[in-house]
Amino acid sequence: MEKCNCRNSQLSAILARYTGQEGALFNVLQDAQELYGYLPEEVLVSISNHLGRPFSEVYSVVSFYAHFRTQPRGHNLIRVCTGTVCHIMGALQILARISQELGISMGGTTRDGAFTLGSLPCFGACSHAPVIMVNDDLYGRVTPGRVPEILAKYSCREALTTSS
Amino acid sequence: MQIYRGHVLVCAGTGCVASGSRNVQAEMEKQLEAFNLDKEIKLVETGCHGFCEMGPIVIVYPEGIFYCRVQPEDVKEIVEEHLLKGRPVKRLLFKNQITEEMVPHYKDIDFYKKQNRIVLGNCGFINPENIKEYIARDGYEALAKALTQMTPEQVIEEIKAAGLRGRGGGGFPTGLKWEFARKAPGDKKYVICNADEGDPCAFMDRSILEGDPHALIEGMAIAAYAIGSDEGYIYVRAEYPLAIKRLKIAIAQAHELGLLGEDIFGSGFNFKLNIKEGAGAFVCGEETALIASIEGRRGEPRVRPPFPANKGLWGKPSNVNNVETFANVPRIIARGSQWFADMGTEKSKGTKVFALTGKVKNTGLAEVTMGITLREIIYDIGGGIIDDKKYKAVQIGGPSGGCIPEELLDLPIDYDSLISAGAMMGSGGLVVMDEDTCMVELARFFLNFTQMESCGKCTPCREGTKIMLDILERITKGEGKEGDIELLQSLAETIKSTSLCGLGQTAPNPVLSTLRYFRDEYEAHIKDKRCPAGACTALASYRILEDKCIGCTSCARVCPAKAISGEVKKPHKIDPAKCIKCGACIETCKFNAIVKQ
Ligand SMILES: Cc1cc2nc3c(=O)[nH]c(=O)nc-3n(C[C@H](O)[C@H](O)[C@H](O)COP(=O)(O)O)c2cc1C
Repeated sequence: MEKCNCRNSQLSAILARYTGQEGALFNVLQDAQELYGYLPEEVLVSISNHLGRPFSEVYSVVSFYAHFRTQPRGHNLIRVCTGTVCHIMGALQILARISQELGISMGGTTRDGAFTLGSLPCFGACSHAPVIMVNDDLYGRVTPGRVPEILAKYSCREALTTSS
Repeated sequence: MQIYRGHVLVCAGTGCVASGSRNVQAEMEKQLEAFNLDKEIKLVETGCHGFCEMGPIVIVYPEGIFYCRVQPEDVKEIVEEHLLKGRPVKRLLFKNQITEEMVPHYKDIDFYKKQNRIVLGNCGFINPENIKEYIARDGYEALAKALTQMTPEQVIEEIKAAGLRGRGGGGFPTGLKWEFARKAPGDKKYVICNADEGDPCAFMDRSILEGDPHALIEGMAIAAYAIGSDEGYIYVRAEYPLAIKRLKIAIAQAHELGLLGEDIFGSGFNFKLNIKEGAGAFVCGEETALIASIEGRRGEPRVRPPFPANKGLWGKPSNVNNVETFANVPRIIARGSQWFADMGTEKSKGTKVFALTGKVKNTGLAEVTMGITLREIIYDIGGGIIDDKKYKAVQIGGPSGGCIPEELLDLPIDYDSLISAGAMMGSGGLVVMDEDTCMVELARFFLNFTQMESCGKCTPCREGTKIMLDILERITKGEGKEGDIELLQSLAETIKSTSLCGLGQTAPNPVLSTLRYFRDEYEAHIKDKRCPAGACTALASYRILEDKCIGCTSCARVCPAKAISGEVKKPHKIDPAKCIKCGACIETCKFNAIVKQ
């Protein structure tokens, strides 16, 4: 709870920094997400009140951009590249294998909060296709068979001890 | 100034970083010090060389020896043998795929031989985080020339005479666009760089941003002078953190030397640059959407006219160009329009950077003169198809482009020839496909992409792409019906002609072009419930060949669905009811005893 209060004062600082500037809403949302890890509803409400913009407008910007999240993420983020080359090199089979191993589908989070499964917009590592990223680690030329071994590196135990 | 007898260039482009170049660089630094060579040999971190397939890449000068797939454990040998004793390490040289000969020099490697590296000329050769290296290669001379010897009108004339066309996809003449912005009334104007690069598998802009950021800054400053602007924005995708970092460094260094800021070169011209990070929406690459996004709103496109040249950012006249377009500008101003206009075809001048990916042997970035044929790119530069499989098609221009079949491989490529072949230049992504790719499934993939990225503002794009996708999904599952092809065609025409922006107007292209060249594949799915490429999972089945299976049980052990059974040393069987078609069994079988049909 303490943490929360301290974050709220940081949010006020962010709001103060951008208020009155053109295009403030977008920047506030970006910084707020960095602060909270996602954009909880009460944060969106206070941004809307503070900037004097209707909640619907705030929400319409949040829902438009893929980078804004309204749900917390699991401790480890697995992303499967959805680019063309990864696709023709078998990305769907890898996605299927990850889903099966973790029991979640695209966009889902495991019940223990250890993993969230998402997609990775192509960033041009096509020479290594198919690629997946776990947090900041890139794995290239992945095969479905390698999936369990990769996931094992990010065990739940680590997730529980380091998340707070 | 310190003089070095040699230079070691380590690529720090995203491709090489992904294959571990950071560790190679760290090890190199350590070894140079260990051998007391750090005062003699300079270690330089460069941008992308384009040959990502062979990364991490290390080049040693003055000889220009090209080492590929270098691992940290190889570094000591390079230092000891090559840098100390002058004997290049043979086993790390590039090997010609046909003759198996070692190719020590980078310019003799087939991948580079047919290229004409102008825009990428500095990438991989200079340290992008040091402005002096750009200046040493005549950087900012073009800006000085424009500001001190040319009027804005002359700059525009020069760009027009060069015949430069927009590299962001549309191919609109750049000089003309600048003229519109110059003539638009208003005292505040903006120059905007579109570095959103949203087309999957296109990464040429990233390579310029990471490897030669000053070329972009210089090009933008010249454009600003030409149209009468004093402020610019670079809209970069957030997926490119390294590019953003390097741009920030480059802008700061240019400010320090007075190449950005007030009264540049004492000419009275002021120019200030801002960076704006995208937030993951493909449609924001469309120029009016991009402007809305910079303004902090939903990035939805709007009807044009008014064009940004008259009513752009904050309602002011604005000029939007692509990264590669801007990077061409300093070269044209420095070397003259004639030099540029001498390259290429009648209506498409200069070069184009293509991202060559997919089932080719050499993947990476290739800058070629306009008018080159696809065959030359795929077979000479790309080295042909992996595993010598059969070429099927190349997808050019990403989700808004189309595919080019075997019979058109000798077509000289430029903006106009590609349009008449039913494709388009787009951003320059070239994804090569072999016989294992299903063209219907590929069309479904692209429609899925555009449908997800459709902003929803106009009905044809929002609803139409959804219906097309539904039909394609049915076909790939073997549930296609008589009449589906005709329905797809008529929907495609309607969406193309009635959508608000380029996203919808081009979304049906992958369907139309695969129908044009591979209609038989659609028919096989619909009529025979068969996928000729064997790629559509729902239509595929896995089978164990009894005469090849030795009963080693490894497939049964990896099968996540427990669908394989059998006794040890006896042929196994797959239960089709349980099989989830994940392919794990094929992957582990050492005896090629499992087939997908
Ligand atoms: C959906 C859509 C996405 C686009 N994405 C990009 C992009 O990522 N990069 C780009 O330079 N142009 C993109 N464009 C084209 C731009 O709208 C614009 O034409 C271009 O930036 C103009 O620059 P140029 O004349 O230098 O090519 C896109 C267009 C559409 C319709």
